[in-house]
Amino acid sequence: MTTLGDIYSVFWVDLRNMRRHWKATIATSLVLPLLYLVAFGYGLGRGVNVGDLDYLSFVIPGIVGLTAFSTSFNGAASKLHVDKFFYKSFDELLMSPVRSHSIIIGKSLIGVVRGSISAIAIYLVGLILAPTLLISPIFFLMLLLSCFVFSLFGVLIALVVHTHHGMGNFTTLVILPMTFLCGTFFSLDQLPAVAKAVLYFLPLTHSANLLRATVLGLSFPWLSFVGLLIFGVAFFIGCMVALKRSSV
Amino acid sequence: MQDYIYTENLCKNYGSVKAINNLNLNVRAGEIFGFLGPNGAGKTTTIRVLTTLTRPTSGYVSVGGYDIRDEIDKVKKVIGVVQQHLSLDRDLTVRENMEFHARIQHLSSSKRKQRITELLEYVELTEYADKMIDMLSGGMKKKASIVCSLLHEPKLLFLDEPTVGLDAQARRRLWDLVRRLNKDGTTIFLTTHYIEEAEVLCDRVGIMHHGQLIAVDDPANLREKVGSIVVETLVDNKDTHYQFFANREVATNYVKRLPSEVKTVIIRESNLEDVFIEQTGEKVGDP
Ligand SMILES: Nc1ncnc2c1ncn2[C@@H]1O[C@H](COP(=O)(O)OP(=O)(O)OP(=O)(O)O)[C@@H](O)[C@H]1O
Ligand SMILES: [Mg+2]
Repeated sequence: MTTLGDIYSVFWVDLRNMRRHWKATIATSLVLPLLYLVAFGYGLGRGVNVGDLDYLSFVIPGIVGLTAFSTSFNGAASKLHVDKFFYKSFDELLMSPVRSHSIIIGKSLIGVVRGSISAIAIYLVGLILAPTLLISPIFFLMLLLSCFVFSLFGVLIALVVHTHHGMGNFTTLVILPMTFLCGTFFSLDQLPAVAKAVLYFLPLTHSANLLRATVLGLSFPWLSFVGLLIFGVAFFIGCMVALKRSSV
Repeated sequence: MQDYIYTENLCKNYGSVKAINNLNLNVRAGEIFGFLGPNGAGKTTTIRVLTTLTRPTSGYVSVGGYDIRDEIDKVKKVIGVVQQHLSLDRDLTVRENMEFHARIQHLSSSKRKQRITELLEYVELTEYADKMIDMLSGGMKKKASIVCSLLHEPKLLFLDEPTVGLDAQARRRLWDLVRRLNKDGTTIFLTTHYIEEAEVLCDRVGIMHHGQLIAVDDPANLREKVGSIVVETLVDNKDTHYQFFANREVATNYVKRLPSEVKTVIIRESNLEDVFIEQTGEKVGDP
């Protein structure tokens, strides 16, 4: 029980912190995905088909996925980064009796909250634009799972990157390209086999597959489900190792 | 008396920098122990090792009677730490920060309320409890950090340069608070590079220099060892020389016999800075 209590305590302080500026936080996370939705989905993509789907239905789950991805990642990573280097309050956590696994999960939850709020907001806009999308519980489960995995990724990066510039560079060089390439805006089937294979080694690809399948009622992509779980476990283990190393 | 902090041949290297170099230290239960040393002496590194944040390169360390390697959870329960830099969530209020610390120290919800009210009163912060940390003055921020470290009633409190940046009055009020905590049963380990602070506040003082402990004793003994009277002379109007004497009489005799070219002569009681100069050949603050 202490584990659950500890996770909540770690999460509690981030939640308190977010409460002060939650409107701006959520609003800013919606700007980019809404622009994508309008420009690519509604503007460019009208009348285009991907396989036997219209492009708008294809791209909406992709944009929901990339929103979950970038908002969860940034939500978890930026708060932890601030705690480490600006508030310096992360040390307080390390000196407390709270165990590493509770710190990691607790620190990821703010990303889950921010990511899922933003992604659901985009999904609701998507429902208006393309009423054929399904409202399914499995979709929401997959969305939560995706946000959790991406938040753990954010925690991991904030633990191993030690400078402000480093964080910025990582976002521009790794996160941003991933949001475009991982089957969000175009189908990976159009790509050469090598490129496709590479993209399958990125977590967002699996998340986009899962979200698209569950929101359009396609057959459940078990491979991507397992793939996403593996990423989650890998990020978590990475975080444990990084925390252990941080005390040298 | 029991040793609350005990280190044996403690070393911490950062690459080729020996931040702590063979430190043998003991702090007794109930005392205020001062760790005095210039910038870069290794004070913060020592605190980080003693508070489990940094792992030592080699050597044995026990804190509160527990081995820092095997009994880290027990160590964490007995220590409270106020870091050199502010380490509170600045976008939260004093109360929220306290609540957070109380939670991660596993205090029950009723105990949390009680301790928070108690401590706010103890340091006279009650009326600022719901102000954001960023709105507080430097002295109040320090107090807020201190109460956050006290919620779980630690037996041993670490204070890393607690009075840096405070005005003379705030500094004295903080000293009073430290004394009061000590009287109420908390062992205190504090670092400082203010000579005066070590003299008036600490039962014993350790002088740290380049990662090594060069002297440990109570302030009066330390002064006596180098000589309780100092004669400062200015030679050629540029170099200050220090001579130490056991008493004023010997010192005055020495001054009488000085050659006439030596113009400026000061005779005064020695302080810890003199101890430092005598031991290292440098002044506190010299690189
Ligand atoms: N994380 C680190 N990585 C590399 N070197 C470090 C690190 N922390 C401290 N050092 C080095 O260890 C030495 C001791 O530093 P420390 O911070 O312990 O000194 P200090 O006595 O607390 O000084 P100050 O009065 O300035 O706070 C310095 O030479 C410093 O550069
Ligand atoms: Mg220091």
